[in-house]
Amino acid sequence: MARTAPVPAATDPAIIRNFCIIAHIDHGKSTLADRMLQLTGVVEQRDMKAQYLDRMDIERERGITIKSQAVRLPWELDDVSYALNMIDTPGHVDFTYEVSRSLAACEGAILLVDAAQGIEAQTLANLYLAMENDLTIIPVLNKIDLPAAQPEKYAAELASLIGGNPEDVLLVSGKTGVGVEALLDKIVRDLPPPVGDANAPARAMIFDSVYDTYRGVVTYVRVVDGHLSPRERIQMMSTRASHELLEIGVSSPEPTPSKGLGVGEVGYLITGVKDVRQSKVGDTVTNLAKPASASLSGYADPKPMVFSGLYPLDGADYPVLRDALEKLMLNDAALVYEPETSAALGFGFRVGFLGLLHLEITRERLEREYNLSLISTAPNVEYEVTLEDKNVVHVTNPSEYPVGKIAAVREPMVSATILAPNEFVGAIMELCQSRRGVMGGMDYLSEDRVEIRYRLPLAEIVFDFFDILKSRTRGYGSLDWKADGDQVADLVKVDIMLQGEQVDAFSAITHRDKAYAYGVMMTGKLRELIPRQQFEVPIQAAIGSRIIARESIRAIRKDVLAKCYGGDITRKRKLLEKQKEGKKRMKMVGRVEVPQEAFIAALSSDSSKDKAKK
Amino acid sequence: MPSTLPLGDPSPADGVLSPAAAAGSPDRDFGLYVHIPFCAVRCGYCDFNTYTAAELGGGASQASYAHTVQRELEFAGGALAKSGVAHRPLNTVFFGGGTPTLLPSQDLARVLQTAKNVWGLEPGAEVTTEANPDSVSPESLEELARAGFTRVSFGMQSAVPHVLAVLDRTHSPERVPLAVEWARAAGLKVSLDLIYGTPGEQLSDWQASLEAALSLTPDHLSAYALIIEDGTALARRIRRGEVPMVDDDDHADKYELAEDMLRSAGMSWYEVSNWARTGEDRCRHNLAYWKGHDWWGAGPGAHSHVGGTRWWNVKHPAAYAQRLGAGTSPAAGRETLDESARYVEDVLLRTRLAEGFPTAGLQPGGRRAVAGLIADGLIDPAEAFKGVVRLSGRGRLLADAVVRRLLPD
Repeated sequence: MARTAPVPAATDPAIIRNFCIIAHIDHGKSTLADRMLQLTGVVEQRDMKAQYLDRMDIERERGITIKSQAVRLPWELDDVSYALNMIDTPGHVDFTYEVSRSLAACEGAILLVDAAQGIEAQTLANLYLAMENDLTIIPVLNKIDLPAAQPEKYAAELASLIGGNPEDVLLVSGKTGVGVEALLDKIVRDLPPPVGDANAPARAMIFDSVYDTYRGVVTYVRVVDGHLSPRERIQMMSTRASHELLEIGVSSPEPTPSKGLGVGEVGYLITGVKDVRQSKVGDTVTNLAKPASASLSGYADPKPMVFSGLYPLDGADYPVLRDALEKLMLNDAALVYEPETSAALGFGFRVGFLGLLHLEITRERLEREYNLSLISTAPNVEYEVTLEDKNVVHVTNPSEYPVGKIAAVREPMVSATILAPNEFVGAIMELCQSRRGVMGGMDYLSEDRVEIRYRLPLAEIVFDFFDILKSRTRGYGSLDWKADGDQVADLVKVDIMLQGEQVDAFSAITHRDKAYAYGVMMTGKLRELIPRQQFEVPIQAAIGSRIIARESIRAIRKDVLAKCYGGDITRKRKLLEKQKEGKKRMKMVGRVEVPQEAFIAALSSDSSKDKAKK
Repeated sequence: MPSTLPLGDPSPADGVLSPAAAAGSPDRDFGLYVHIPFCAVRCGYCDFNTYTAAELGGGASQASYAHTVQRELEFAGGALAKSGVAHRPLNTVFFGGGTPTLLPSQDLARVLQTAKNVWGLEPGAEVTTEANPDSVSPESLEELARAGFTRVSFGMQSAVPHVLAVLDRTHSPERVPLAVEWARAAGLKVSLDLIYGTPGEQLSDWQASLEAALSLTPDHLSAYALIIEDGTALARRIRRGEVPMVDDDDHADKYELAEDMLRSAGMSWYEVSNWARTGEDRCRHNLAYWKGHDWWGAGPGAHSHVGGTRWWNVKHPAAYAQRLGAGTSPAAGRETLDESARYVEDVLLRTRLAEGFPTAGLQPGGRRAVAGLIADGLIDPAEAFKGVVRLSGRGRLLADAVVRRLLPD
């Protein structure tokens, strides 16, 4: 522990070390971070809450970090007091852009890998980003206390990936604390200090932006050049908007105001803005009085990739959902939405997400924090449809799919990297092939682990791809993907009709070769899910006017209780009231009563339910 | 009656009803139900309030049971009088169970005598007891007839041994014709109870049971679909996969077969599950339930209804005996129906009857539903034109759905 910690705003860049931890979910990043907080004395033992940095309940439950934060840690080595800034990065593939900005705020990265599991595809992707950013990498194997740990094997794997010797790989246990002090020492020794021009106009990169109910938006920055001071006016370089710096400081880990932030320092800003969109990740903050001429590179607007309709189960909750989305948006610059109406589901919103996990987390937060019961429609990607009259339509919802003559449809593509033990190569190739994937290449990471690269349509991986990959590789396969342009594809819209009435919520845009399978699957599912009615209900799947699949629900023949239970009429009346209550939870599609549960079950894959349990 | 009682309001110790219950009582029929909570064997499908032990503790036993019921009848006479309910002779009396004939005929006769003492019997009153074909003899039936019983309802259930075995019924099918013959000889009208849809019962089995029942030319026949009630031994056997689950389509097939065969044999339906040879043979006590008449239900767990107040007795015979021993009401709880609940019940119950529900009595929403019910073939169009909602054959099988459509959401 440091005796006298360096003071923010007056810290020589030479004694600053900025680093992040690159790790897969469950590989113990938060536990290691907790241990560092304790060893450096910034959190007392008694205040220690497991996984201190992951604030949201959902994050703690799922063991993943959604929002990154930065903590300033004092550490002493060879009689010099250093200031270490640990920048916590999101670990999931949906948040690649946030990861890239966090990495850009650092000079080094700890590559943290579970000594019993080896490196995963997402970690590899983030490692690649780190190396592209010229970060110094400290390879670390965690959980060496586990009986199943294989440190020699995975040290060799890490060494072969990043170069160097397996002996250079640090062995630690976040749980027991073994090796953590040595790691802190190594951070000081191996990572280069930040370099910047203290006299230049300020340039600070925003790597995170969090909405706080009491303080408004809290913006996390890394100062590259110059200096930011309290009460001065700052400017956001992408929007030219200016704000007064109401507070500036560092997290240790509670927010602690400082006299400012200088070159190489990491801290937070509060300007009183209420919406994270006014303080965007990747943007450059400068002094309004002495603005920098060029912003830092790498800024990009978040782009939603996956779209889903969110509808309240109870139509009366629509205003609650609207308010909830407004509030979530304050804290989530990637979330976009617009009102949408569905004949079957009523009023709701079409919401754009970075990926499927982002969708699930958002939905779960809406349900938990705002006490909503929601139906989310099957996730969709954005298609670009060119009509024969050359008009171009962007479609994020099957119901918007144009009915006129279509010249071409383009669909978004991704390049995917899959890591798995080599015994699963066949199964993975079969899966990717069936999802219209084109193989880009394959490499051996170690003797028995391979990296397989595919280019795939995004639409083919948004629904259940990851779950199937997991099950076909007995849990060992991992996936990373990034957007990779688009392609023309032979796509059609499949409509589902109940008793001749089209049910927009069940429509889907699919490849022509898969339309039949979708039609058969959905009509079959609905036949199981929709209770029998007083009349026969045909369920049809159609492309345009051509029927491609048909099922029917036979008419119910008996709906009567035989007896009166020895005069217990009260019981009979209560039963009727219960039946009528049940009827109220039905959505009417024409004359067909469809239970809400049928919508939920038909629109969710079984696998996505499993994932929610993880 | 089912094993669980409804939740309701507390019932006062003196059993006095709210003033509303008395209003109009002189014009309403009045009946008595007596519950006999004993059986020789507990059938696997049964969730009724019944016990197989002779001694139930707390002073309750089969031997003292008739005496306890007699006390309730005396209590009932007082409570109704104090409530201002008109004193009316009984129009119907029905002994059900359980197995009423498990008690000696003299006990049943004593209870009936007490009822006569308290209220009197209307001339031509219908007095029924349920009976197990095993627990009657020519003498016992004669004794019942002498005491004033007019009708016996035998729990035949099925004529097919493997079906009876699944139901845990102990009587042998050959016993039924004998019991019917003895009842006839004693001058009693005969009703037979059948159950269809027992796991493993084939359509041909059901046909055989109907044929066997019809060969005895009963005056009345009830055919109930077997309901698998939670908590019964049969429900557990189905859950364990020992016997197959029965689906509603099987019930529908069997109901339609019953209707065809019974109609051909000259019987007509008057309630969804009940058929009679003539109008006179309809069970008036049963009709009283569906028409919302007044009746006192005596015995543990028995339900009563007087002028829009429904109540139910404590379930266990020992608790029941203790209440009456202390001179207090055996009621466990009650409810007073408000206008909307009375309307719901009226539609719910009377729609099940062949005489139907008058369209003029329906609220506007219900009247608007009538055309749709005709279109869907659920009610008889000619009757509807005459102003009566009367279920069609298909409509009887979907009676609950028809009722839901007639009632407000």
